[in-house]
Amino acid sequence: MKILVCISHVPDTTSKIAFVDSNTKFDTSGVQFIIGPYDDYALARAIELKETSGATVTVLNVGLIDTEPTIRKALAIGADDAIRVNAEPTDSLFVAAQIAEHAKGYDLILMGRESIDFNSGVVHAMVGEMLGIPSVSPVMKLDIEGTKAKMSKEIEGGKEQVEANLPLVAGCQEPIAEWKIPNMRGIMSARTKPLKVVEPKSTESSVVTQKFELPAPKGAVKMISADNVGELVTRLKTEAKVL
Amino acid sequence: MNILVFVETSEGKIRKTSLEAVAYAHGMGGTVTAIALGAADANELQAIGKYGASKILHAADTKLNEHVIQVYSSVLAKAMQDENADVLVLANSSLGTPVAAKVAIKTGASFASNVSELPNTSGGFVVKRSIYTGKAFAHVELKSPKKVIAIRKNAAELKETGSVGSVTNYVVTLNDADFNTKTISTEKATGEILLPEAEIVVSGGRGMKGPEHWGILLDLAKALHAATGCSKPVSDMGWRPHHEHVGQTGVKVAPQLYIAIGISGAIQHLAGVNSSKCIVVINKDADAPFFKAADYGIVGDAFDILPKLTAAVLAAK
Repeated sequence: MKILVCISHVPDTTSKIAFVDSNTKFDTSGVQFIIGPYDDYALARAIELKETSGATVTVLNVGLIDTEPTIRKALAIGADDAIRVNAEPTDSLFVAAQIAEHAKGYDLILMGRESIDFNSGVVHAMVGEMLGIPSVSPVMKLDIEGTKAKMSKEIEGGKEQVEANLPLVAGCQEPIAEWKIPNMRGIMSARTKPLKVVEPKSTESSVVTQKFELPAPKGAVKMISADNVGELVTRLKTEAKVL
Repeated sequence: MNILVFVETSEGKIRKTSLEAVAYAHGMGGTVTAIALGAADANELQAIGKYGASKILHAADTKLNEHVIQVYSSVLAKAMQDENADVLVLANSSLGTPVAAKVAIKTGASFASNVSELPNTSGGFVVKRSIYTGKAFAHVELKSPKKVIAIRKNAAELKETGSVGSVTNYVVTLNDADFNTKTISTEKATGEILLPEAEIVVSGGRGMKGPEHWGILLDLAKALHAATGCSKPVSDMGWRPHHEHVGQTGVKVAPQLYIAIGISGAIQHLAGVNSSKCIVVINKDADAPFFKAADYGIVGDAFDILPKLTAAVLAAK
């Protein structure tokens, strides 16, 4: 079985978000970049499938050269080889088109349910649409039985058991697998694993980001005494008007 | 401008967030057609007219009762064509968002999800969408003549602007090949208020000390007609089901009121709640970082405060 895992290169979840150049560019100063947390679950499940059924795992990232340390980390975790599409991931349609270009021939295409920077949550659906194969997300459990994938998918207020034939695209989330931490041997071997750099398929983007904005700052917290809980209810009614 | 709105149903009832999508489309100022797929309550369908839809379509084919994303996207792409729609609007959800993305590809439309406000059409068509898990916004221009927009909760105010409408049967031709996923079974909490749609959320963290103590939290939620949520450690430890996990890697909520009990307020949790209108934090640790993100705070023991708060809520009714 051939598995493709698509990973995003995103700011660490504890990052403070700021913008520069009149709010047109993300401020990368002091920001640590990581494999997207949801993508990390997808990768962990792929490595488990590799260990149990002898699959091969390729990672793919759409990004400029600064994403290579993130890709190497995925190789250190256990992926066999990697593809970097040399382009800035501007919007979901563009990223999906790049992935679809390289995803043919894989039995399973895994990625996170969404990237934690732009949060569109649709790249898996778009790749499935472009390749004419099923896509399922967010997947919390994934097992392969012959040519079929058996999945548990989260829905609002519960979950569904879903089946689909391979090849398949799945957007993953916890608890599909436990995150894997690279060991020293993995880190050493990652340095020499193949990382192929390819130029993007030209796709004109019909979505253009004009500017960014931060939410309005929050006012100071109003503290209420634990001995006077009734005051909270009154304030929520008359001051905040949310009851 | 012709706007098509996909209204999602849950056990035959129209989802509230879908009515917000109708109100959003009405706010855009075009001709609004709503479409529902699969089993739906007749009165609820007519009531869509109150939120600004001038035409209500219903495809009642029983094969649509199963939510197959590929099938839904084919039907909606065809409906956009039949209705000569310039824009498709729907509510972000586990069904709606992937359906929207597929319709955008089928129709060559520009796509945006997590849209939080009405578009600015003064020069082009620009929507504001939430990014970095609620920590920022992006203003994005949708340049194709056709657009598909998935809106987040509270993107439009839900208000009645019209009267009940009449429902037209919409005939669909389904393609067998589109049934490419099969739902074997569904486990869904019934009678509960769905977390992503709730106006009030009561959420508990490790400070609740164990699943056996959740009763007092559920009592408060019941008194407030609130949905219940929890922090990541609580769902990781299995104290509460995963679909209640609120945060960066869980459910993102945007209620009027979010009450956090015994949650310290890690930045990953805040990312899931920062779109709430009002945040109340109850924690025995006065230095809990969550207080900095709160509107109201009480320092004290949850086991002492919760029953008192529930009583105060009931007394104020």
